[in-house]
Amino acid sequence: MTDFAPGDPVRVRDWHPPGHVRTPAYLRGRRGEVERRLGPFGNPEQLAYGLPADTQPLYRVRFTMAEIWGDRAEAPADTLEAEIYAHWLEPA
Amino acid sequence: MPHDHHAPPRPDNDEPLTYWQSMEIAVRELLIEKGVTDATEIAQAIDAMDARSPADGAKVVARAWSDPAFKASLLKDASAACHGMGFDIGPMHLIAVENRPGLHNVVVCTLCSCYPRYLIGPPPDWYKSRAYRSRTVREPRKVLAEFGVTLPEATEIRVHDSTADMRYIVLPERPAGTDDLTEEALAALVTRDSMIGTGLPRQPE
Repeated sequence: MTDFAPGDPVRVRDWHPPGHVRTPAYLRGRRGEVERRLGPFGNPEQLAYGLPADTQPLYRVRFTMAEIWGDRAEAPADTLEAEIYAHWLEPA
Repeated sequence: MPHDHHAPPRPDNDEPLTYWQSMEIAVRELLIEKGVTDATEIAQAIDAMDARSPADGAKVVARAWSDPAFKASLLKDASAACHGMGFDIGPMHLIAVENRPGLHNVVVCTLCSCYPRYLIGPPPDWYKSRAYRSRTVREPRKVLAEFGVTLPEATEIRVHDSTADMRYIVLPERPAGTDDLTEEALAALVTRDSMIGTGLPRQPE
């Protein structure tokens, strides 16, 4: 798995697994930039079911509203940050 | 109408329990039966959580306005800075995001209703509503305007979606004309909404 640093361009995987996930649908497939690393956290996709959980690095990723909403963005240069687990990110 | 005040405050909840309500009762009763906890302890825990209010968060903001070194530590590691002020913030990992000229932060949790309740108390009902959760990421300027916060076009709005393990508090800008105020007087200007980003601090009188 790639280890990302602040400023790295990343893309949220466009992935639609069933079950409990904490990656909002509106960010899937979107490109952003790592804002900071937050360290390892238990994978909520396992924790939610009481399963032994692996740990995943968690990142804060910054997106522009233009990237998320395209032409429908209310103000294209406004930004949004969300926490995304490493297994949901790929280099962009 | 003279009898208007008899309008029922809310509908009676006579409908059957939901699955999760039944589960909560079952687990609670089992824990009590097995001696893991008791009703008094549960009531005290609920009471302690209900007693939390935006006051602690307001003190943190006022300290950051008054003490540049504290502000730097708050922005670097908000959990540690709050612990350092003696606040029990539970298991929460806290991030403080700073408003400054040209940048306004606002916090939402689209997936559920994550909120820094250990520091600023239980969330307002609207924070948990589907309208706030879905619209804040889609049209934050419109949402803020409905809260009475209209920002210049040139000001960047940055929305924080609390999707995972972090909780967020906004560090609002210190109002002008407050140079002479004590930390305590400054704390009185800090509203709950100004720490969510849907409001601005009060102006001094």
